[in-house]
Amino acid sequence: MSVAVAISAEHLVRRFGNFTAVNDVSFRVQKGEIFGFLGPNGSGKTTVIKMLTGLLPLSGGEANVEGLDVRTDSESVRERIGYMSQNFSLYYDLTVTENLQFYGRIYGLEPARLKRRMDEIVQLNGLEPYLNRLAAQLSGGWKQRLALGCAMLHEPKLLFLDEPTAGIDPVARRQLWDLLFELSGHGITFFVTTHYMDEAERCSHVAYIYYGKLIADGTPNSLRELPDVQPHGTLRVEITTPEVTRALRFARHLPGIRSATIFGQSIHALIEDRFNLDDLRQQLLKNGIAVSEIRPLAPSLEDVFVELTYKHQALLEAARA
Amino acid sequence: MRNFFRGFGAVFYKEVLHVRRDPATLFFSLVIPLLQMVVLGFGIDTNIRQINTIVFNADGRRESRELLDRLKNSDTFHIIRYVENDGDLNDAIIAGKARVGIKIPVDYSDRLLHNMSAQVLVLIDGSDSSVAGQAINVTTAIGLDESLRRVLQDRASFAVDMRPKMLFNPDSRSPNFFLPGLTAILLLNVTTFLTAFSIVREKERGTLEQLFVTPVRPMGLLFGKLLPYLAIGFSELCLILTFMRFVFQVPIHGNVLILAFLSLPYLFVSLSIGILVSSKANSQSEAIQLAFLTFLPSIFFSGYIFPRETMPVIFYVISYFIPASYYINITRGIILRGAGLSHLWLDGLALYAMGSILLLIAARRFQNKVIMA
Repeated sequence: MSVAVAISAEHLVRRFGNFTAVNDVSFRVQKGEIFGFLGPNGSGKTTVIKMLTGLLPLSGGEANVEGLDVRTDSESVRERIGYMSQNFSLYYDLTVTENLQFYGRIYGLEPARLKRRMDEIVQLNGLEPYLNRLAAQLSGGWKQRLALGCAMLHEPKLLFLDEPTAGIDPVARRQLWDLLFELSGHGITFFVTTHYMDEAERCSHVAYIYYGKLIADGTPNSLRELPDVQPHGTLRVEITTPEVTRALRFARHLPGIRSATIFGQSIHALIEDRFNLDDLRQQLLKNGIAVSEIRPLAPSLEDVFVELTYKHQALLEAARA
Repeated sequence: MRNFFRGFGAVFYKEVLHVRRDPATLFFSLVIPLLQMVVLGFGIDTNIRQINTIVFNADGRRESRELLDRLKNSDTFHIIRYVENDGDLNDAIIAGKARVGIKIPVDYSDRLLHNMSAQVLVLIDGSDSSVAGQAINVTTAIGLDESLRRVLQDRASFAVDMRPKMLFNPDSRSPNFFLPGLTAILLLNVTTFLTAFSIVREKERGTLEQLFVTPVRPMGLLFGKLLPYLAIGFSELCLILTFMRFVFQVPIHGNVLILAFLSLPYLFVSLSIGILVSSKANSQSEAIQLAFLTFLPSIFFSGYIFPRETMPVIFYVISYFIPASYYINITRGIILRGAGLSHLWLDGLALYAMGSILLLIAARRFQNKVIMA
């Protein structure tokens, strides 16, 4: 295995009784990447994290984290990684300092190193003004920064963040991502799960898991160019109109439009490229729908995941039939 | 070995902080058992005295009145009313106004004077077996004594003279018997809840899961949790003993230091029960229910209320698996009988063994199960 690989998962399987939560999932995360792991609730994201962090035994396959086999070496794996769960696992009746000290001691940091690391983390996360405050009294954004600080004290080279931005305000969300980019620049690898598509766009590598199956894996740009997302001979356009609902109803019945959805004041449609954009505008106008603009559009990651999910569902139904 | 207990120091220090940050919980967990002790200690008297008694004295002459005086003087009967017919006698018992009805027939004195056998009817409400038993014993004894005195009119001494002598608790004071046993139940209560809650809280908060992603070892975690609460349980023991000695005036015949020493394994078992409860329970209310499941056998099958020797065989066997059985033997042994280590070391050893087994089971459960939740 190359030294540049932080995580390698090969054919991961996890069963709970008859239910297969993770079904033959394979991927690799390079060192220094921000790896975005996406999928709907209950699709197996957290289960994969638990398998990679040694919390859950594997039912099948193998996983190497930081060059160590999680099945045989889980204690060493746990020394090298940091983990921040979605509910910011802090002790609310302890102060910021006490929380940091506790996690530092748990990882066995000797006093001098603990002191140095706490200073660094307080500086990096801007926790200075809150050191003597109880964790319970911090706002969501500060709780999350403290939790991240606790997960980083022992200088892990790989951090697992399970929905780090769930329920925190947009400013704190942006600040967290700025911090992740900064740390990633220092060679730290991040494994991040999220529901936010704009966060997914910021990742250097994304994967999408759908009911236990990995259905997408690559850089955001490479995923946009997948044939399943952008079939040969099609074009993605944005139609800006003041009457989006009427326009949508109409557009869906036009031959040559494969799919259409509303995005705010516009419609995103996948059309066959033999379709002339001017013709489309004429047809809409003829039906009394004012159109301010029609322009070609690159697919968003959301488009990517929607298309791949449809494709996967169709495959599943075909297999069942 | 060091590695096996990895994380112990960090967890221990953190638990101490939790306790310090929440003095109210500490205060209540120390004071409420004392309140329970005061209520139970003053409120419960296991000696049966002054049973409500109703009398139908159809005779009414000196001999019959003497008999009633003897019954009254036994301290067992309290005559609440005299009635004039059988119907009223029966009614008073059925209505629950009296537990015992005594009917002295009209020819009682006559028959005695003619050296014939006189009968006295004693009706006893059997709905409370201990009251009924006491009433039977005392009336029979008084009847027998009365007969003997009449037979041996020359006042010669009895052929056989039984002289029962009660050792250790000569006044049959209830608190003396009751409180050493209660100590076991109160300590179990406090320590089980404290540890169970401290772990279940971490489950609810998600911090337990976080701890399992760190290199902390189950034994480091469990002992870090256990020791601070062992200290609290031990303080509780000191408070209970102080109360018992100076408020309830229960003399401690044995060595208090040996009692303290042998209390450690019992606290250890109780704390391990708490940990085992927390490995199963996912919320504090679940923990309360599970903890009660362990309290009831400790109260009923440990010898605290009913003597173990009179239990049906199956329960007698079960009582050997209940830590409180051993500890009640220890507390009663040292406090009432003045027993020492040479009498009680086996009980202490049994408790250590139980505690270790429970803790190992709990550690295994934490290693395998909790992380799945």
